[in-house]
Amino acid sequence: MLLRTYVGRWGLVTLLLALPVFYLVRDLTAGYQAGFVHGHPLIQHDLSRIGLNVVQGLSNGAIWALIAIGYTLVYGIIELINFAHGDVFMIGSFTAVGLWSALGLGLSSGTAAIIGGLIVTLLVTMAVTGSLNALIERVAYRPLRNAPKLAPLITAVGFSFILQNVGLLWRGGSPQSVDDLIRQGDTVFNISGVPIQRGYILALATMIPLVIALAGFISSTRMGRAMRATAQDPEAARLMGINVNQTISLTFLLGGMLAGAAGLVYALYQTNVWYFQGFKAGLIAFTAAVMGGIGNVRGAVLGGLIIGIIQSFSDNRLAGGEWTEAVVFGYLILIMVLRPRGLIGEETREAG
Amino acid sequence: MTGRRIGDPSGWSELTAQLREWRGAIEARLPAPPRWLGGRWSRLLAVVCIVVGIVLPFGFSSDSGFIDATIKATSLAVMSLGLNIVVGFAGLLDLGYVAFYAIGAYSLGWFGSDFFFKAKVHVLVSGVAAQETGIHLNFVLILIAAALICAIAGTIIGLPTLRLRGDYIAIVTLAFGEIIGEVAVNGTDIHLGNGMTLTAGNLGISAVDLPYFPGVGHFDLLHLRPWYWLILGILLLVVFVNLRLRDSRLGRAWVALREDEVAAVSMGIPLVKTKLQAYAIGAAFGGMSGAFIGAYFTTVNASQFQFGFSVLILSMVIIGGIGSIWGAVVGGLLLGYINYWLLPSVLNDVPSKVGLNFQLTSVQFGIYGFLLVLVMILRPQGLLPERRRKLEMTAEIGAQDAELTEPTATQTTGVAS
Repeated sequence: MLLRTYVGRWGLVTLLLALPVFYLVRDLTAGYQAGFVHGHPLIQHDLSRIGLNVVQGLSNGAIWALIAIGYTLVYGIIELINFAHGDVFMIGSFTAVGLWSALGLGLSSGTAAIIGGLIVTLLVTMAVTGSLNALIERVAYRPLRNAPKLAPLITAVGFSFILQNVGLLWRGGSPQSVDDLIRQGDTVFNISGVPIQRGYILALATMIPLVIALAGFISSTRMGRAMRATAQDPEAARLMGINVNQTISLTFLLGGMLAGAAGLVYALYQTNVWYFQGFKAGLIAFTAAVMGGIGNVRGAVLGGLIIGIIQSFSDNRLAGGEWTEAVVFGYLILIMVLRPRGLIGEETREAG
Repeated sequence: MTGRRIGDPSGWSELTAQLREWRGAIEARLPAPPRWLGGRWSRLLAVVCIVVGIVLPFGFSSDSGFIDATIKATSLAVMSLGLNIVVGFAGLLDLGYVAFYAIGAYSLGWFGSDFFFKAKVHVLVSGVAAQETGIHLNFVLILIAAALICAIAGTIIGLPTLRLRGDYIAIVTLAFGEIIGEVAVNGTDIHLGNGMTLTAGNLGISAVDLPYFPGVGHFDLLHLRPWYWLILGILLLVVFVNLRLRDSRLGRAWVALREDEVAAVSMGIPLVKTKLQAYAIGAAFGGMSGAFIGAYFTTVNASQFQFGFSVLILSMVIIGGIGSIWGAVVGGLLLGYINYWLLPSVLNDVPSKVGLNFQLTSVQFGIYGFLLVLVMILRPQGLLPERRRKLEMTAEIGAQDAELTEPTATQTTGVAS
């Protein structure tokens, strides 16, 4: 009985802290091999390796968070798992890469040109993916508003296939490396022995302002209020004079824009793009959205960051990262068992 | 009302009359079924279909590409029937059905090849299989083993979803499917002792036994007819089991849970048992088909078990008409033929004939996606919708004029049909 109360209240926290705490204790006691000094392995007993894991995880997680918000917004408002969303993200990466090559950005460009060019690329990419997502909604989901609940799921899958095929024709079937424009591996500064690379800064510096802007938009503008009202009760929102269809289009537009931003960051950070990248990213981001509590923007961000950290620990510490995906999904199942509505899940129409 | 006892004939007739009236009202609201679908004609149609199905391979050469596609499409239809039990009957959205394909196929790899080379078990096999090391069971035994193992796996996967609702079930099943796929890929790291591993990963277990039946002999890949009849037999068996299940107490319990969980549980339907039975039975069919596909492809390779496969089977169920048995068969065959026959062999030359310089297979994925979108937009209820579902849909459209009959309508169909 006591155990049950404990599991109910603290099981989730224990679960999430298990990996970091385990490696933290091991790094401090047994130490880890940091390199070689005069041919002898250098064993260190500090927290910098675990710090690096967390920072890497957070910056990877920032990309998942941006994609996950798109899933969660759409799910919150029309209760659809938008399978095409990951592929919109992929198209975002491709558009960004195509755009910056069209702008003539390369490894030899000057700093100012790269920064200016990337800002232009970011804005255009966001516009492209946002409109693409809204267009998909118009063509594939709106006609099915009153159809059985699973019908739009299949059109989403259909569009996912179509977009993947577009990507396949655009850039071929194998991963392509792109110019490392920002030299993402360069260390900018150190925080107590943890090197902070440009890529990490880029990911977090893109995600945080966008999420703050989105949260502000949803909480304090008229259109944001319309979105919340529609998510709560579409019928009542319609009766109150809200244009429901327009609000849903807006939701898709916002989700697509964030996916586009994530696409640009991903291309700069991973320095390669692939037509299949959206599929895996979509799966992970959807998992992040559910983990945080679907329909909830804060939850999506939290879920994305947590998954990023779990992945980073698993990649660097467990059997060479082979099992990372299984670890992530294992965590997901345990979280679902312990908290069926996700970490900070609010009641969606169906769950409530 | 003065002291009407239970079993009072007059009260009873009142009740049945009321029920009949409601049923009449419902049936009047349904579109009239075409004449040829009613009663005797539908039975005749089924017999004709089965006979045509049995004699079909005689119209083609014994290694024809069409029969090859038909075998693949039919095995997918069996999977689609299995998933239909979980998604269609019980209303539990399962996005990890590929797990049962994997487990079924590995049952074949484990019990029908020399993969476990330290063991030496032979049951009712002959020819090469009887000489080799490893576990070699007869194909029928493998099918049964695959079904049993998958039923157990389905129950385990179902357990954590019992408290969940709707799309949370989808994500947990998806997670299980991905984990099983990962285990299949990395199974080479799981050592079982004596140098044997759990799976062969992406290399694949490739020397699997060909099915052997006493009196029929060994199957081989140049003569496809026996394969075809085997999978047709499995399909007919699964359809029969599905039909009986649908009308059984269990089938009605599934539908009741799907329509209203709280009401169903308060009427005494055991939630845990009923849901787990749906997972187990649905999984068992997937396992059988998985073992067959493994044998037909003569390899069990971890790269076959991708999330895309779950989605493919789910789209068969939904395009056929969710919850409808014949819909699942038609959806499975249709998408199977499109995948394995129409796009790769029939239409592939069309662009070059009209002077375009590309192979259709390069846009196969896109065309397939386009078809999914098109079918759903034109016919969101699926090709052959289940009758009960059809009622729900029409009831929504005409809700204003039938406010009184509508709630009773959904109740009575549960009882009357």
